[in-house]
Amino acid sequence: MLIAESILLTIATAATPLLLAAIGELVVERSGVLNLGVEGMMVMGAVCGFGAAAMTGSPWIGMMAAILAGVLFSLLFGFLTLTIATNQVATGLSLTLLGLGLSSMIGEAFVGSPGVKLPTLANGIAEIPLVGQPVAGLFNWLAGIPLIGRVLFEQDPIFYISIALVIGVTCFLFHTRAGLVLRSVGDNHASAHALGTNVIGIRYLAVMFGGACAGLAGGHLSLVYTPQWVENMSAGRGWIALALVVFASWRPLRLLAGAYLFGAVSIGQLHAQALGLGIPSQLLSSLPYLATVLVLVLISRNRRLTMMNTPASLGQPFVPDR
Amino acid sequence: MKKLLLAFTAAALAASVSMPASAQEKTKACFVYIGSKTDGGYSQAHDLGRQQVDKELGDKVETVFVENVPEGPDAQRAIERLARSGCAIIFATSFGFMDQTVAAAAKFPDVKFEHGTGYKTAENLGVYNARFYEGRYIQGQIAAKMSKTGVAGYIASFPIPEVVMGINAFTLGAQSVNPDFKIKVVWANTWFDAAKEADAAKVLVDQGVDIITQHTDSTAPMQVAAERNIHAFGQASDMIKAGPETQLTAIVDTWGTYYVKRVKAVLDGTWKTDNTWDGMAEGILEMAPYTNMPDDVKTMAEDTEAKIKSGELKPFTGPVKKQDGSEWLKEGETADDATLAGMNFYVQGVDDKLPQ
Repeated sequence: MLIAESILLTIATAATPLLLAAIGELVVERSGVLNLGVEGMMVMGAVCGFGAAAMTGSPWIGMMAAILAGVLFSLLFGFLTLTIATNQVATGLSLTLLGLGLSSMIGEAFVGSPGVKLPTLANGIAEIPLVGQPVAGLFNWLAGIPLIGRVLFEQDPIFYISIALVIGVTCFLFHTRAGLVLRSVGDNHASAHALGTNVIGIRYLAVMFGGACAGLAGGHLSLVYTPQWVENMSAGRGWIALALVVFASWRPLRLLAGAYLFGAVSIGQLHAQALGLGIPSQLLSSLPYLATVLVLVLISRNRRLTMMNTPASLGQPFVPDR
Repeated sequence: MKKLLLAFTAAALAASVSMPASAQEKTKACFVYIGSKTDGGYSQAHDLGRQQVDKELGDKVETVFVENVPEGPDAQRAIERLARSGCAIIFATSFGFMDQTVAAAAKFPDVKFEHGTGYKTAENLGVYNARFYEGRYIQGQIAAKMSKTGVAGYIASFPIPEVVMGINAFTLGAQSVNPDFKIKVVWANTWFDAAKEADAAKVLVDQGVDIITQHTDSTAPMQVAAERNIHAFGQASDMIKAGPETQLTAIVDTWGTYYVKRVKAVLDGTWKTDNTWDGMAEGILEMAPYTNMPDDVKTMAEDTEAKIKSGELKPFTGPVKKQDGSEWLKEGETADDATLAGMNFYVQGVDDKLPQ
């Protein structure tokens, strides 16, 4: 195995949960809602995904459970902020704290249970009767391509979903009517409402999508990244995802770049340490964050461009007919 | 927003103080953990110690614990809350609780405090630690015997003396078998982040190590080692479940005996501040069964363990050179405890620059 191949694989694994959680939050924020509960939804996805997989033995059911947990948890947020119009910042924060606590409680039974790992896409397909084997064979053959083969064709299904979601969200937001409506709700909910758009309904859908993505990201942590359950296993990744959305100035393709940049810097600093280059490890550890700050500064230099991408109604509660 | 978050954390902390219902006249022994009591590693080991207190002194003592207490200012709130709630003795189990425990001890002179792995004492504040480096020396010897590449990977947490001492002891153990053995160190700068520890393990394997040892608390590195078909050592608790065919042995912290002894001293009124630094001989740490290795390696490990217990072998005995090649210990000279407790340099053979 080439070391470069292996590094690429490690980076993709590190970037995938960040990308998933962030792409969901991007859609939520584009609809004008700020959900700071990403970390909480993520950790709930992780514990429910792990639990369901451990009980049924099927990582696929685990993934479904992770998504469902994220959606249910986001509905709680939706009900509070959209239906009864509570403060989004405070509600999001308490969602995170609730998620961390609740997941520890649910997860207590699963601590130390053997993990179930989601198979790679190729191995998953191989189990499908008739067509499975040849398709898997093709994947395995393609994985033999030097350097990029393994990172493109020997991955878990969640990796492909994350990439598909980025492309899908880009098309949806900027090339469909529904996407235009969603952005209009985020930019000016009063006007959208006056035009007859169901602001609350659209925001509910966006929030649920965000929950599903965060749940999936959590499932990736507990079923792919480190197939085990430990308390607080999201370890702040939900917050990084939130930062990535701002970093990407609410644009999906920049988000993709941002998540992989962040993944690359975090893995790169570990490699630099293991090579014994003699650079202080504290400095190396802070590199991913320094890189984020640097890019943020560069991006926000052009005020007009930033304003153009920022959803104007972000974080403001909407109460119809007030 | 940060204030709000802190307020919530404080509320969550307060809520997580678990108090088993029982009669009020029992003496209260309290424990503060940095992680969760089921983390499979460091905090779990302390909790097993607490359970031993429950088992042996349960009729006179009730135990209380607070888990997931972050190091820093939050710890002070948790410790003082316990002190106010009537704890007779409080065990603060993580190095990073040091200054907070010192402050709390000054504020509550009638409460006895014990700080794990620290070095600051007071009239009502004792410190206790285990000579983990004894176990790490044995691990180093096993690593040197088992490794084909001649390089072991070490996932470290923070550059405090405790961790540096472990790296050095591991290196010296390995060199006693193979003088050219190399150690690659990666600092995760965290005690507990499963994904990051897994990343560190993957990176080390990619760079050619075939033995992994860790001074962080999750079982993720063990899992990565199992996936990549190499061997690893468990940390703080027996991690054999995470790698049945991977774990060579583990350093298991067995704090129970010490906890029982100290709580008893409170009951008898004989508690005095102390500076305990026990080793394998006193039973404050044990080696998990030696598994997944040939018999000759196992025999060597058991032999070394017996010698350390009897005091015949002290891991930090000269001749030992520092990383820069200067002499540290002369032939036959043994490092004193004060030097060990403040260790801030590497011995020769560590392939890393110590973060200062």
